[in-house]
Amino acid sequence: MPLTVEIVTAERVVRVEEGVDALIVPATEGQLTILPSHAALMTTLDYGELIFRRSSGEEFFAVGGGFMEVKNDRVSVLADAAEVSDEIDVDRAEQARQRAEARLRQARDQQSEIDLARAQAALQRSLLRLRVAGRRRRLPGAPRPGG
Amino acid sequence: MATLRQLKRRITSVRNTAKITNALQLVAASKMRRAQDRALQARPYAEQLQRVLAGLANASGDDEESTHPLLTHRPVENIGILHITPDRGLCGGLNANLNRAAGQWVATQEHPVSIVSVGKKGREFFARARTNIGAEFTELGDYPRPSDTLAISRVVTQDFINGAVDEVYISYPRFVSTASQVPTIARLLPIEPPAADEAEEGLAGDYIFEPSPAVVFERLLPRYVDMIIYQAVLENSASFQAAQMVAMKNATDNASEIEQELTLTYNKARQEQITNELLDIVGGAAALEA
Repeated sequence: MPLTVEIVTAERVVRVEEGVDALIVPATEGQLTILPSHAALMTTLDYGELIFRRSSGEEFFAVGGGFMEVKNDRVSVLADAAEVSDEIDVDRAEQARQRAEARLRQARDQQSEIDLARAQAALQRSLLRLRVAGRRRRLPGAPRPGG
Repeated sequence: MATLRQLKRRITSVRNTAKITNALQLVAASKMRRAQDRALQARPYAEQLQRVLAGLANASGDDEESTHPLLTHRPVENIGILHITPDRGLCGGLNANLNRAAGQWVATQEHPVSIVSVGKKGREFFARARTNIGAEFTELGDYPRPSDTLAISRVVTQDFINGAVDEVYISYPRFVSTASQVPTIARLLPIEPPAADEAEEGLAGDYIFEPSPAVVFERLLPRYVDMIIYQAVLENSASFQAAQMVAMKNATDNASEIEQELTLTYNKARQEQITNELLDIVGGAAALEA
């Protein structure tokens, strides 16, 4: 029996989807693949890419930390932030990346550790969004980007 | 007796007021729909989080519960209250009710209370009452986002963890329906983990936790506080729009009633004037004939 996956954030329900064959999530302990009949699991998530895999293709999400609960083939992802790749505004993400880089340089010059950490986090976020945005819905058989 | 011109002026003024209140009513109605929608959208996350927390509190046993700072009960010496109100008025009795409820609550506490206010109306109230306001947040906008409320929960949690307050309560308008928003005060900290259902309890022990129950718990609890505050802010926003809509509808109705009465008076006065003029003419003619 395939998985039923639900991705929710404090703000909205991002996606509820049945019939997912495999789910790849950025867990804190490393990337994790959830297959049907997985044992009951509760884990924290990190910044990263979350992937739905189905026979009909793959779908990509950027998630920004949170939790995931797996039980009886039901997966609940409680994300602090989540966006499906098609929704990501590439121009804005690119602008955010440039801003973050500028801030990073500034923080380095001023040697302010808090600013540095903040700028690094912002840079990471924007890079993640850019990467996920680049991964549009992929159909089976289509060549994978970069190999 | 007002002159015709004065009456005319009043009618125009009342009509203009009605136009404004009507416009406000329509704006509030559409904003309320959106605010309600956002509150609904936020519900699944809240429910899931509550469920997970309930299951976890049972699974992790008493150790975690008693050690995590957000769960620690301390002897109460100082109390904090997070008072959430709208920024603006023109919403009937909503602000007055909220402030009265919170004001009475503060007055009945046996320990010193410090306020963290969200929204201008609550801040103004407690500033007038010369109560100690620890922090204030205003201008969250009509549709606050989770990131907007993070700073609030950070401040409140910090105060609790560093011992400035030993209990934190939250006061906000609970959105029951368009016609009813109930001022509600509930304890926020220390967290009382929600009770698990029977089915949850049985399964809770079978979970695999990564990295560990303690770590998951530790990350879950602050989120839980964030979520409750975010929800309260959303309810506040929906309540404000609903109250404003109703208040403005009443105002519009009153205005059109007054307009009708004034128009009637105006017409009567006009008739009277015409009758008087006719009488004068007839009287004059009669005098000539005689």
